Amino acid sequence: MVSNSKGELLAAIILTSFGSLVIYEARGLPYHSEFGPGPGFFPLWIGIGIVVCSLFMLGAIFFRGGETFEISKVELVRALSAWLAFVLAIVLMRLIGFGLSFGLLTAFLVLVLDRRSPWLAIGVAMGLALGFHLVFAVALGVSLPAGPWGF
Amino acid sequence: MFLGTIVGVLPGLGPPATIALLLPLTFKMDPTTAMIMMAGIYYGAKYGGSTTSILLNVPGESSSVVTCLDGYQLARQGRAGAALGIAAIASFVAGTFGVLGLMFLAPPVAKFALRFGPPEYFGLMVLGLAMVAFLTGKSVVKGILTTLVGLWLAGVGTDVFTAQSRFTFGQMELLDGIDFIVVSIGLFAIGEVLVNLESKVGGEIFKVPKGLLNLLPSLQDLKDSRFAFVNGSVVGFFIGVLPGAGSTIASFLSYGLEKAVSRRADRFGTGVIEGVAAPEGANNSETGGSLVPLLTLGIPGSSTTAILLGALLLWGFRPGPLLIQENPNLFWGLVASMYVGNLMLLILNLPLVPLFAQILRVPYFVLYPIIFGISIVGVYSVSQSLFDVWMLVIFGLLGYAMRKLDFPAAPLVLGMVLGERLELALRQSLMMSQGELSILVASPLSAGMLLLAGILLLIPMLNRVRSWRVKAIEQEL
Repeated sequence: MVSNSKGELLAAIILTSFGSLVIYEARGLPYHSEFGPGPGFFPLWIGIGIVVCSLFMLGAIFFRGGETFEISKVELVRALSAWLAFVLAIVLMRLIGFGLSFGLLTAFLVLVLDRRSPWLAIGVAMGLALGFHLVFAVALGVSLPAGPWGF
Repeated sequence: MFLGTIVGVLPGLGPPATIALLLPLTFKMDPTTAMIMMAGIYYGAKYGGSTTSILLNVPGESSSVVTCLDGYQLARQGRAGAALGIAAIASFVAGTFGVLGLMFLAPPVAKFALRFGPPEYFGLMVLGLAMVAFLTGKSVVKGILTTLVGLWLAGVGTDVFTAQSRFTFGQMELLDGIDFIVVSIGLFAIGEVLVNLESKVGGEIFKVPKGLLNLLPSLQDLKDSRFAFVNGSVVGFFIGVLPGAGSTIASFLSYGLEKAVSRRADRFGTGVIEGVAAPEGANNSETGGSLVPLLTLGIPGSSTTAILLGALLLWGFRPGPLLIQENPNLFWGLVASMYVGNLMLLILNLPLVPLFAQILRVPYFVLYPIIFGISIVGVYSVSQSLFDVWMLVIFGLLGYAMRKLDFPAAPLVLGMVLGERLELALRQSLMMSQGELSILVASPLSAGMLLLAGILLLIPMLNRVRSWRVKAIEQEL
C-alpha cells in the first residue's frame, strides 16, 4: 500500500514547481505591449495563483496532515502497465499503422491484464481492428495512421 | 438529423466539424431546404455528443463535458437509458424554447446582446468561473488549483494581440494551442479506463436493466428534472444570444445553477438525473439563441454559426436586420424546420435509447479497448497529428493521477474553456481604460455579474463554516 498523503505532498511540490516555472517563463514575456497588457500579463498572475494555492496546500498537509486513505500497489501497477501498453501502441502506430498497433494493445489488455485465453485475445484484437477500419476508415472516411501495408 | 447524430457521436467531431463535413451535400439543394437540413444536422450533432459522454465518459464535444459528471455515474448505476432519455427530452423541451425565443424575442434580445462589451464579457467569464465552487469535491483549494492550470493551458500557443508564442517550449505543434478535446478525452475517458483497469472484474461492468420501460426515464425522473428543463432552456437561450459565449459556458452555468438551488446539491456528481437534464437542455436551447445574432445582426456567435453564415452568403443571402423582411421564406422555413427537427430528435432518438444502452452489455475486456480506440481516432481525426495523440497519452495519465489524488477534472476543463476569452476580455477592457481596473465594475451589468460571482463563491465557504460549527457544537454536547 502507498499512503495517499505522500501522493498529495508530491502533487503539492510538483504544482509549486510548475507554478514557479510558469512565473519564470511569463517573466520572459513582455508584461506590457503597445496595445496595453502584454502576453506575459495574464500567465504571470496565473503562475502566482498556482504557487500561492499549492503553498497553501503544502501548509495544510504539514499542519493538518493529508488524506489518510491508501492506494494499493498492485492496482497501481495494473493501471500503469495499461498506460505503458497504450504508450507503446502509439510508438508503434507510426511504424505499423493504427490497425495492427491497436490490435496489439487490445490483445495485451485481454491476454495479460484480464488473463483470458490467447485465442479470445487474438479474436477480440482482430475483430476490433477490423471493425474500426470498416467503421472509421471505410464508412466515415476518417484518415488513420497507416502502416506499410496501407492500414 | 440522424446523420448529424451518427457523426456527432464521434469524439472530436462536434457540430462545427459535422456541419462543415456535410455542407457540400447541400450545395445542389434549394437554399431553404439546405438551411433546414443544416439545422437538423446541428441538433443531431449536439445530441450525438452526449451519447458517448453518458455511456463511455468520453465527451463528444466541449459542451458535453458537464454531462459526463452525472450521466456517466447514472450509467454506472444501471441507469444509462434514463440518462440518455432525459437528455433527449431536455433537448426537445429546451430546443423548442430556443426556437420560440428566436421567433418572439430575436430583435430586442439582439439589441441587448450589443450592450455586451469587453468588461461585460469579463464579468460573464468570471461568473462562469465561479461555477468552480460547484464542481470541486471536498477541497476548494484543489478545485482552484486545477482551474488555474486550465487557465494556463488555454494560454499555451500564440498570443492573439502580439502573435508572440507562449509556453510552446520550441514545439511547432503547440503554436495553435492545445486542443480542448484532447484534454477532456484524456482526463475523462483515458483516466477513467485506467482507474477501472486497476482491478480485474468479471462479466459486464455496468448493469443494464431488462425491459423497455426500465430503460427509459421514469415519471419521478421527469418530476426531478422539471426545474432543470426551465433552467437549461432560459440559460441556454440567453447565453446563446451573446456572441462568443458558446454552448460550453451555457452547459456549465446551467449545471452550476441547478446545483446551487437544488435540495440535494451534495449528491451532484454521484448520478442525479437533473445533472444531465440541465446542461443538455442548455446545450440545445443555445442553438436557437445563437441564431439570433446571426440572423438579425449578421454576427456569428460561434464556430458553427460562422459556418452557417458562410453557407448563407454562398446561397446569396445577406444576414442582417433586413433578412427577415427580405427573405421571410428562409427565416420562417428555418423556424419551422427547427420545430420539426426538435420533434424528430425526440422521435428518432428516444426509441434508440435502449439500443444505445445495450453498448454497456459489452464485456469490459472488449469495451475498454473500444474506448482507447475511439479516443485515439477522435483526437487524431481533428488535426491528423500524432502529436495530439501523445498529448492524449499525457493527459490520460494526468487524469488517472488526479482521480487517485482526488483532484477534480471538471474545473480544469472549465478553466481551459474560459481562459482564452477571459484573458481577451480582460486585456481588451484594460486597453479601453488605459490600465484602469475600475472599468470592470463601471457598468451595472458587469458589476452585477461580478457581484453574483462573488456570492456564488461564498455559498460553499459559508456552508463549510456552518458544518464546522455544527460539528463543534455536537462535540461539545
